[in-house]
Parts: sequence; C-alpha cells; structure tokens
Amino acid sequence: MHELAITQALLDVAIRHAADARATRVTEIHVVIGDLASTVDDCVIFYWGEISRGTICEGARIRFERVPARMRCDDCSTEFGLTGGLTPCTGCGGVRLRVLAGDECRLESLTVQTPAQEGTP
Amino acid sequence: MTESARTAEPARTTETVIPVVERILSANDRVAGANRQRLDASRVLTLNVMASPGAGKTSVILHTLRALAGRARMAVVEGDTAPVTIDSEKVAALGVPVVQVNTGGACHLDAEMMSNAFDQLPLDRVDLVIVENVGNLICPAGFKLGTHVNVLIASLPEGDDKPWKYPKMYRGVDVLLVNKTDLAPYVDFDMTNFRRGVEALNPGVVTFPVSCRTGDGLGAWTDWLAAKLPR
Repeated sequence: MHELAITQALLDVAIRHAADARATRVTEIHVVIGDLASTVDDCVIFYWGEISRGTICEGARIRFERVPARMRCDDCSTEFGLTGGLTPCTGCGGVRLRVLAGDECRLESLTVQTPAQEGTP
Repeated sequence: MTESARTAEPARTTETVIPVVERILSANDRVAGANRQRLDASRVLTLNVMASPGAGKTSVILHTLRALAGRARMAVVEGDTAPVTIDSEKVAALGVPVVQVNTGGACHLDAEMMSNAFDQLPLDRVDLVIVENVGNLICPAGFKLGTHVNVLIASLPEGDDKPWKYPKMYRGVDVLLVNKTDLAPYVDFDMTNFRRGVEALNPGVVTFPVSCRTGDGLGAWTDWLAAKLPR
C-alpha cells in the first residue's frame, strides 16, 4: 500500500520539474523501477489517475522501465539475475551476495508540451 | 482547460523530453536528512524498530525501557495505522514520554510524520528515542526517517524463510533480534536456513536471540544498546 505514497512523491517531483521547464502539459513520464523496489505498476497507474487529476500531469501516460535484479557472489564472482525471490549463488551455492541492480526507483524524464517560440513550427 | 483550448493547442506548442533522473522519494530523503541533523544537534540516539505484526516490537520496547531506566532519559514514538492507543498507554504507564502517530491507514511511517512527532518531544532532555514503526516487513524499509539505528525483530513462529521473502527489509537493518526463542520446541524454525538468508543479505549483522517471555538474551541486547548511548 506504499504505492500511494510513492505515487504522490512521483507526482510532486514531476510537477516541480514541469514547472521549471515552463511546461503547459505533461504527456508522458518515464519511471525506472527495480524489481527489488517492491512496487506494483498497476497500483501506481491507478493512484496516478486519481491524484494527477486537475494538475499539469493529468492524462500523462506512465512508461515503466523495469530493471531486473542482478546479484554478484563475493565468493566466486558469479553474476546472476533473480527471476523470482532471492536465491543462493547459482555458481557455488554461496550466500555472500551483493546487489548490482534492482533497487532503482526514480523519475528518469518527462515528455512535456511548452509554448512554441516565435518562428518555430 | 476548455475543449476549444485543447483542440487549438497543437499549433502553438512543442513537445520535448526533459531529463529528470531524480529518486522518487527524494523529498522524503531530504526531510529524513533534516531530522538526522536535528537529532544529532540534540545528541539523541534514535532507533527505528521494525517487524511484522505480532513479532514483539512493543514487548521489546517495554523491556528496553525498564532495563535502561535510570541509565538513560528515554522517549517513544508509537506508529499505528489507526488511533488505537494500546501500545502508547503501556509506555506511558512506565512514566516515559510517548507520542502516538496515526498514519491514517498508511502502512509505514515517513520522515515528515517523524518531524512532527519530534516537535512534540523534549529532545534536548532525552538520550534515547525509540520509534515503533507500523508492523509490516515491506513498506517501512523504503522510507527513511532520519533515525540512527534500524532494528528488526524477527520471531520464530513467523518461519525461517522470511529473509528470503523480504530481502529489502533484511538488507537495511543494523541489528536483528530473533524473538520468542522459548517457542523453539513447538515450531519448525530452521535457524540454519534463517541465518543463511540473513547472511546473504546482511553479512555480519549484529544478532540477538531473545525471549521477551522468559527474558533470555535481552540483557545482551540492552547492554549493546547502552554502550551506544551518547555520553
């Protein structure tokens, strides 16, 4: 249920950057979410539709870029991806692991409309 | 925006992509950073106690308050999803200042809630603040509070697979209490599998097997904590 708090934070960041860019409308937001970030896309989309209403982000599409979890074994240096839950090293069965990727939870970019300058098409 | 404005729009606007690359929870992180500065300025040690519901958070906190009474000036922040004051009343009964934070259904505390809670505590006259987070092994792991020590309480009846199922929580903790050791004869808890999961996520994390029912192991925990208190 933390998706509501995450979506609210996402909206706040998007509105701030859209204002900085003097945008009149946000049409798409690109978010990068790692598989270890415990965030459900559908849940974020649902809350986004509700809380972005009446803001500059109303109607903006969310493009999710999912980052698979990747681990590295400190014992044998094997790097392996996680498809489900956490597992021991696929090379040696060891458990001295470090996370290489999968923790991401960031707003990567916004696609915005801005008033056209004089002379531009 | 009116319909006519919307249809007229494409002729007068350009569409561009602007790079942002900002952590979604950056605002929470900033407030957490401000909380930490304030706590450090007041020389207060703060614990963020996390666990699943029923693991023994309140029992550990009450034991800790009794054990350190006279050795430290303490206060507690009780996080609950509903305005239920059962835990706060137990703390207040010990004569310890307590602030209750109702999250209004949300499953975790965040830095802003903590900032408001700290406003209500006499931080300059306290050595230790214990924050009891909402019982949940997922959401509290994502929201920094600005506290100093992340404490996780696991318990035997939950099962030995929890580190494997809640990796984010187990990765972020500084000290682990394994509670309800008195139930070992009655539940199938494989300590070896549990420890392997913990080791995978958080090698060498300080761990105390304890029983709030019998008191076993709690002395080692409170001694460890007392040594961390500001002098």
